[in-house]
Amino acid sequence: MSVHTVKEIVASLRRGEAKPSEWAARILECIRRADGRVGAFLHVDEEGALARAKSLDGQPVEGTLFGVPYALKDNICTAGLRTTAASRILENYVPPYSATVADKLASAGAVLVGKTNMDEFAMGSSTENSAFQPTRNPYDLERVPGGSSGGSAAAVAAGMVPFALGSDTGGSIRQPAAFCGVVGLKPTYGRVSRYGLIAFASSLDQIGPFTRTVEDAALVLEAISGFDPHDSTSVDEPVERFADGLDTGVRGLRVGVVTDIQEEGLHPGVKQAVEQAIAVLQGAGAEVVEVSLPHSRYAVATYYLIAPAEASSNLARYDGVRYGRRADADTLLEMYERTRSEGFGMEVKRRIIIGTYALSSGYYDAYYRRAQQMRTLIRQDFDRAFERCDVIALPTAPTPAFKLGEQLDDPLQMYLNDMYTIPANLAGIPGISVPCGLVEGLPVGVQILGRAFDEQTVLRAAHAYEQLRGFEMPVPALEGSA
Amino acid sequence: MRITEETVQNVARLARLAVGREEAARLAPQLSDIIGYAEQLQQVDLEGVEPTSHPLSRYNALRPDEVRPCLDREAALANAPDSDGEQVRVPAVLEG
Repeated sequence: MSVHTVKEIVASLRRGEAKPSEWAARILECIRRADGRVGAFLHVDEEGALARAKSLDGQPVEGTLFGVPYALKDNICTAGLRTTAASRILENYVPPYSATVADKLASAGAVLVGKTNMDEFAMGSSTENSAFQPTRNPYDLERVPGGSSGGSAAAVAAGMVPFALGSDTGGSIRQPAAFCGVVGLKPTYGRVSRYGLIAFASSLDQIGPFTRTVEDAALVLEAISGFDPHDSTSVDEPVERFADGLDTGVRGLRVGVVTDIQEEGLHPGVKQAVEQAIAVLQGAGAEVVEVSLPHSRYAVATYYLIAPAEASSNLARYDGVRYGRRADADTLLEMYERTRSEGFGMEVKRRIIIGTYALSSGYYDAYYRRAQQMRTLIRQDFDRAFERCDVIALPTAPTPAFKLGEQLDDPLQMYLNDMYTIPANLAGIPGISVPCGLVEGLPVGVQILGRAFDEQTVLRAAHAYEQLRGFEMPVPALEGSA
Repeated sequence: MRITEETVQNVARLARLAVGREEAARLAPQLSDIIGYAEQLQQVDLEGVEPTSHPLSRYNALRPDEVRPCLDREAALANAPDSDGEQVRVPAVLEG
């Protein structure tokens, strides 16, 4: 299978070599051939995609994403198109409105082809918590694609779409990007509107792109960024032309390496690949400086109090009254309990119970409030570190992709997958994962973090590394899809 | 802190989840693990540290108080499991 970048597709349309409807047809054919094995999509909207692409045929190629097919994680609302968050409770939910990111991508000329699989309500690190199907890692079908945005990551990795959007609450874009060998970007909190994103933990959630290249990530970021009157937490910062200036290199850039990073559980192959990536940046003229993030060791504990607490509140809306599934019952209370018990999967219940516990009277100060205080210290560590450096480089995930079923019975082990990604969510800063090699035949990623609203520098460092790393990520050989 | 099956069932009830005995037996040790892990935070001196509830220091976000179009009734009720065409319908809340 040949894979194409966003930039290549737009260029071919500009040169008049292909029409948007031809690209849409080609992409749909790729999905038909490959997705039976991967399971990245919950819903493919063939008819809608072809109609939309045809409407672009013959129009002047305007907009950075004109005619480019793409996919959305299924927790991003699409008017008239089923949106389930991979949950039974929303199995038949058809949103009456579209998320701001979907509207923005439509204005940029992009063509939505379908909705991708995920962990239910974005709670998980393997996409195994989907109520509907597993998704398989295109590099090894016995392994998970990561999560929670595993469907979006796998769809881009397998060459089914040139880009897809996901959401990242504790690493849900960056970790699956690392597992699937693609680029995944979590923007600064507030950079991208969350209007129409089904809420998990509102102080942490952020939407971002999966792409094959850093330059494509910059193009998509530019299209989805900006203040939105529908989301009062979106920020009125100027939207830069993120793809411009990517080529200026890293000479003099100060790259922070974390001296007190937690190494327990870090795979030696991942460690080596990330050290090599840092050496590549150093070889290109970057200055490596040591920084300390002493409280990051508490990030997982902090996150697994704050995120469930916010989730327990956000998910209270699924009560069987206004939308979603309702179970039959004689009384209102019984209706609520049966609806929620039948509609939510195990991990969602676990987190609602943890969150309710952490917020309950008598425990609030001991758990939730302490977690919020720790969040302050984690943020302040980054403030201090970024006085000494411009970006921080570290592993995205401690290991390559694990096998399906391997960590399902041990929720705490599953949570530790996020040890290197969670701190950025707690601090609200941007981070990107870029493939930095194969370990035992499986992709691994280097993560580059930056100051709030300094995606430009993060992208510049990531692009420089990608250009200089000296290898191309091999396209996964999905049997029968060649 | 060990989370007992009884605690699981009580907290679940607060969250309007019906958790059966078997489910509670499975959840209790897992939740004990997770809460036990989170107890690391008890060992740190956090005296005087301001809590962070949000990554941005945001104050009230205001918008002009203007009448704007919103979802019409049909669209708002389209996903309701039960409605009479004008309002959502739920099981009786009050007896009689």
